[in-house]
Amino acid sequence: MHLPRFAPSRLVLTAALAAATAGAWAQSTEPVRVGLLSTLSGPGAGLGVDIRDGFQLAVKLNGGKLGGRPAEVIVADDQANPEVGRQTADRLIKRDKVDFMTGIVFSNVMLAVGTPTFASKTFYVSANAGPSQYAGEQCSPYFFSASYQNDNMHEAVGKTVTDKGFKRVALIAPNYPAGKDALTGFKRFYKGEIASETYTALNQLDYGAELSKLRATKPDAVYIFLPGGLGINFIKQFVGAGLSKDITLFGPGFSGDEDVIKAVGDPMLGMFNTSQWGHDMDNAANKKFVAEFEKEYGRLPTLYAAQGYDAARLMDAGVRDSKGKLDDKAAVKKALETAKFDSVRGAFKFNTNHFPIQDYYLRVITRDAKGRVTNRTLGTVFKNHADAYAANCKMPGL
Amino acid sequence: MSGILLLEQALNGLQLGLMLFLLAAGLTLVFGIMDMVNLAHGSLYMVGAYLIATATQASGSFWWGLAAGVAGTALFGVLLEVSVLRRLYRRDHVTQVLGTFAILLMCNEAVRMIWGSQPLSLNPPAALSGPVELLPGFFYPAFRLLIIVVGLTTAVLLYLLVTRTRLGMQVRAGASNRDMALAMGTNVQRLFTAVFGLGAALCALAGGMLGPLLAVQVGMGESILILAFVVIVIGGIGSIRGALVGALLVGMVDSGGRTLLPMVFESLFGAALAADAAPAVASILIYVLMAAVLFFKPRGLFPAHG
Repeated sequence: MHLPRFAPSRLVLTAALAAATAGAWAQSTEPVRVGLLSTLSGPGAGLGVDIRDGFQLAVKLNGGKLGGRPAEVIVADDQANPEVGRQTADRLIKRDKVDFMTGIVFSNVMLAVGTPTFASKTFYVSANAGPSQYAGEQCSPYFFSASYQNDNMHEAVGKTVTDKGFKRVALIAPNYPAGKDALTGFKRFYKGEIASETYTALNQLDYGAELSKLRATKPDAVYIFLPGGLGINFIKQFVGAGLSKDITLFGPGFSGDEDVIKAVGDPMLGMFNTSQWGHDMDNAANKKFVAEFEKEYGRLPTLYAAQGYDAARLMDAGVRDSKGKLDDKAAVKKALETAKFDSVRGAFKFNTNHFPIQDYYLRVITRDAKGRVTNRTLGTVFKNHADAYAANCKMPGL
Repeated sequence: MSGILLLEQALNGLQLGLMLFLLAAGLTLVFGIMDMVNLAHGSLYMVGAYLIATATQASGSFWWGLAAGVAGTALFGVLLEVSVLRRLYRRDHVTQVLGTFAILLMCNEAVRMIWGSQPLSLNPPAALSGPVELLPGFFYPAFRLLIIVVGLTTAVLLYLLVTRTRLGMQVRAGASNRDMALAMGTNVQRLFTAVFGLGAALCALAGGMLGPLLAVQVGMGESILILAFVVIVIGGIGSIRGALVGALLVGMVDSGGRTLLPMVFESLFGAALAADAAPAVASILIYVLMAAVLFFKPRGLFPAHG
């Protein structure tokens, strides 16, 4: 073998060059991995499906990319079960090595998944669950909410009911932590008398007993926090009992959203609810989102779909503004905190606890121009509203 | 005032009880005659409600939808029995639980694939959507009254079927001693299929009656199946009469407990404790009832097996 003497060094140089090119190449085409862990089976599945569809629509409209890099979205089901959620999150983080997590609907699942996610230094962008723990003392630099803090919508209804001059309000919520938090949030801004406060079983089907009690106590308004099927059952029976003539029905946005309307239909007409978003909101990002969502899935988007969509767009901005260096946690955190993206809800910015400071709106369910029963945004309840827990958050370092 | 409240609660309890009876009747016969634990019974209720909702939307009439949905579910039940469940009768209970649980999961996912994850709309016919004034100052939802009428009528028809017809005699014979019924020349195979189809039709009827009050959604069968099992354990497995009495007891105790307990607790312990304790106690009341019945009558109120 008569190789020239300089050959090895040239070889090394070439290899190094190749490696460097490959490295740069890898950074732009190596996919951004997102673990989308949501509730896709059981009674709560409609909510998780909407988050998933909203998220995937944003990725699709973005040419299958997040921050200029191809996006790989790994969808998994938490079955609304904290145990299952935690195990599946472990798999997504350790085996699939995801860069971001998102998708959880229910706060009890969120609290179970949060601990291992934050410990592994994986960023979580919430498309729904916003438990008070993560807004206050247990706040984490790895948690960002693209939705709301759990109390916010109930606070907005409390204020609306007070502003509209209702003096005696009956409250109904399921007997579990989020139910009690909901009524606490409502009472934070409601100034009148509470006619009755009823906690029902979480699996209750028939509200006959509660409705008889309402008829007997004769409040001016009733506020319900009954998620999913519970709310559907209650509203149908409430209207069937003829109570809607004398008692005004209020709920948070999720009790008056398109999925509930689809199940209940006309009896929903006239129900007031609050939300940080409405599908009729007049901004370019939202118009595009609603039109594309209807085209893709053939139904109107819910709040959950809007939050899933925004979560993806927030990640997009995070990847882009950190120049795709996802291992540089400080850069990603900074990029997310200052994320520049056009939220479908209009103005959007993060508080010190990584929860949004945003407006909350009053919506009413009416018939639109096409004759569909759907939500119409009436006006603003809170401007630049922050949650009540931010002061308790001493944001730890990375 | 409180007289009206009590009357309304009694009607609510009756209505819930009668609907539980429709579900429990099929369940208790299958359990009693075929000695088969059928966890997929709730799925028939769900399939029934979905078929009725779809047929109602397609035909524009609740009544046609109800008829088509009940017939469709009976057919589905018969097919299920002939194709799968028939193979499970001779197996032990664990195999039956696993097998029917698998059917339950498959039904849930199949319904999701066909109809999607969002709940379906099923509303009562316009004429029955409001309340009616039964007594001066006492309004009651018209559709709930219809449920009571349908439930009572079905109970009477079922009673006549079981006590006055040849099929009913065979059913009773099968429930009290299957081997003897077989020895006396009953075509047990065909009887089982018929009973299963009837059970499925009753499930669908319950689904169609409760659909306008409750959410038509995936998983609706499981929550009510648990109540139906409580009913047949209280009533005595295999007994139609037991199912009726058990269902009415559960309906009354559940509805009554949720109204009366908070009042009683409030007068005894004050408002704060009542708000915390009363809902919890009310929701376990029917299980306390079941435990009490089992303590005094371990085989239920009206045991069918001789």
